[in-house]
Amino acid sequence: MKFGKKAIAAVGSLAMLGSIAACGSNSGNANSGSASSDGKVTLTVWAWDSTIPRTVKGFEAANPNIKVKIVNAGTSKDEYTALSNAMQAGSGAPDMAQIEYYALPEYVTRGYMQNVADNGAKDFGDFYTPGTWASVSLNGGVYGLPMDSGPMAWFYNKEVFDKAGVDPTQVKSWDEFYEAAKKIRATGSYITSDSGDAGFFDSMTWQNGAKPFDTSSDGKTVTINLTGDDKVKGFVDWWQKLISEDLIDTKTAGWTDDWNKGLDNGSIASLLIGAWMPYNLLSGAPNGDGKWRVTQMPTSDGQPAGSESGGSSLGIIKSDDKAKVDAAYKYLEYVTHNKEGIATRVEAGAFPADNNTLNSPDFLNVTSITDADGKAHEYFGGQKFNEELATAAKNVRAGYKFLPFEVYARGKFGDFVGKSFTDKQKLSDGVKAWQDDIVSYAKQQGYSVKE
Amino acid sequence: MSTPTTTATAQSAAQVNRHKADWRGWKFMWPFAAVFAFVFIIPIAYAIYISFFQQRLIGGNVFVGVDNYTRLFQDQQFWTAVGRVALFTVVQVPIMLFLAAALALAIDSMKLHGTKFFRIATFLPYAVPAVVSTLIWGFAYGAKYGLVGSFNSFFGTNFDAFAPSVLLASIGNIVTWEFTGYNMLIFYSSLSTIPHSLYEAASIDGASEWDIVKSIKLPELRGSLAITVIFSIIGSFQLFNEPSILQNMVPGNAITTNYTPNMYAYNLSFSGNQSNYAAAMAIVMAVITMVIAYAVQLRSMKDQMK
Repeated sequence: MKFGKKAIAAVGSLAMLGSIAACGSNSGNANSGSASSDGKVTLTVWAWDSTIPRTVKGFEAANPNIKVKIVNAGTSKDEYTALSNAMQAGSGAPDMAQIEYYALPEYVTRGYMQNVADNGAKDFGDFYTPGTWASVSLNGGVYGLPMDSGPMAWFYNKEVFDKAGVDPTQVKSWDEFYEAAKKIRATGSYITSDSGDAGFFDSMTWQNGAKPFDTSSDGKTVTINLTGDDKVKGFVDWWQKLISEDLIDTKTAGWTDDWNKGLDNGSIASLLIGAWMPYNLLSGAPNGDGKWRVTQMPTSDGQPAGSESGGSSLGIIKSDDKAKVDAAYKYLEYVTHNKEGIATRVEAGAFPADNNTLNSPDFLNVTSITDADGKAHEYFGGQKFNEELATAAKNVRAGYKFLPFEVYARGKFGDFVGKSFTDKQKLSDGVKAWQDDIVSYAKQQGYSVKE
Repeated sequence: MSTPTTTATAQSAAQVNRHKADWRGWKFMWPFAAVFAFVFIIPIAYAIYISFFQQRLIGGNVFVGVDNYTRLFQDQQFWTAVGRVALFTVVQVPIMLFLAAALALAIDSMKLHGTKFFRIATFLPYAVPAVVSTLIWGFAYGAKYGLVGSFNSFFGTNFDAFAPSVLLASIGNIVTWEFTGYNMLIFYSSLSTIPHSLYEAASIDGASEWDIVKSIKLPELRGSLAITVIFSIIGSFQLFNEPSILQNMVPGNAITTNYTPNMYAYNLSFSGNQSNYAAAMAIVMAVITMVIAYAVQLRSMKDQMK
């Protein structure tokens, strides 16, 4: 009897093991296209960028033997999760994928990406801006081509700033920004919001000239020096002041419904964010139409300086199928290098990464953005906003490097630094804890670490 | 001469028969056994196998013995997560089961109007996918424009459902909303198996409604209580959907990547390139859950034997 009870209990509890151990078998199921007998190739492309699907028609018309299927496998980290998942499972991976510059070194290190230097891409160096070209030329190869770029700029709601009596075009230094933030706060709005965003942190320290991360040429040694870098400290101290004095909104997480509404009604008055923002503003804050403007980023010393935020490359997933790679390269070239392909995407709101477009009057003189229904909006009140953004692109500081496991590092940022925004933890303590975690991860992954 | 032979033949015939009977049974087993092996035994064996390796960015795949396990036992982030789901279980499960039992008794009392509607309405949240219900609750919790926001501006309060200190309770509320109806149904079905003659006998004896609940209904609930407790414990230890969906809605990353053990394993595996460590974690979690569920089950069986 006793044995019977125990046995039943044991079997019952064993049954749970299954459901726990079964987690982790969630593999991607997008079909990898393949070359069929009639010479037709179907390419599966993972991208969340809304301008990519618009290139398919033009490309397929010029290349009748190639069919392109765009799949939105999630934005940024969600796509990377799905991609890692599919690569580890050995099936379900796409043929091409949109990968942000910060994540590319990681996937190159893991051996997921196809080197396209010998397909002709190695001669494109002068075509792209130096920053974006450096982001895709890694370990002596070319592992994707720049799709767009995201120089940081200051987008602001002029109505709110007028009410507070602040002219952002005259706000050059971080100190002046701090004073402006106080005046904005006095009207009831916040100058901006941040509740702990790793990408923003990286962009701001980069703009300030920090170089916290480095990887040796053999790829085996990483430098992680967030706590010892003066320029990181400069940003942390300034931002801490704004957090402590309740001058920035730390209670609204970015990209949420509440955040969009805050931008829409002016309670969040401005954003320090990438040049890809205009279209997002139009869709997320439609009431801001005509009220917003763009200007250059404030810097610690008031001298022009800039950095990138986001921006993506399009890459080919490593494959032995030569026909497949060649077809994929054709599409890659069309989207990122072909005049027609780039023009299609820029029209739809993409911020280009190539010098030709950045210098072309057609691009610089644009004053309106087109919504999904094809209606043009002078969202920035007639300002030639691309001109301002192109200036920001020229000011981007060279030499900032990402970690070879930046996706992991950014994923962990919130775990340690988040409390500095919602709780009483000091920002510098959060950064220290984050550094410790990245260091132990690097060691665990077999790197030698310099701090 | 003939007699022993017959005996021997009879014996061997009997043996053959017994042998055949054995195999006939096994033949019926194989569809189950094959599926069981594929979805259960092989994955577990594989998880155990890979938990002895480490996949490194530099150095590739290396055998590390029990390194992953020793690291796990010193991993503060893991034990925080285990502590969090344990706390969640201890608080949320009793509240939910109490509510479910109370609802089942109310519906079973035959004193309510619209019992059928009431029963369906309570059960309905269970039919809503967890992803959808978490999104709905996430919007309702919004401190600016959600239900909580309206509540705050109406009463002049400053309640924030996403504040780190109340976040776990907010998640508990979602889970309770989702699963009370499900547990209620289990309780209700066991109540409805009570023969009517018992109630008649009780009322002849002059028992009050409260006496009936205490002496007839509650003892009947005890059996199903064991089942609901075990399901609920397993469910809370595997908490994953609700926090991982809320993650993007909560400011300050208050829901960390290691908020619950399952989330930690998931994030390690898919954004940290550490599937091996995650496998070790899954196995340890399975053992922990098994031990707890086993203890609860043994205990409740002992109670029932009395």
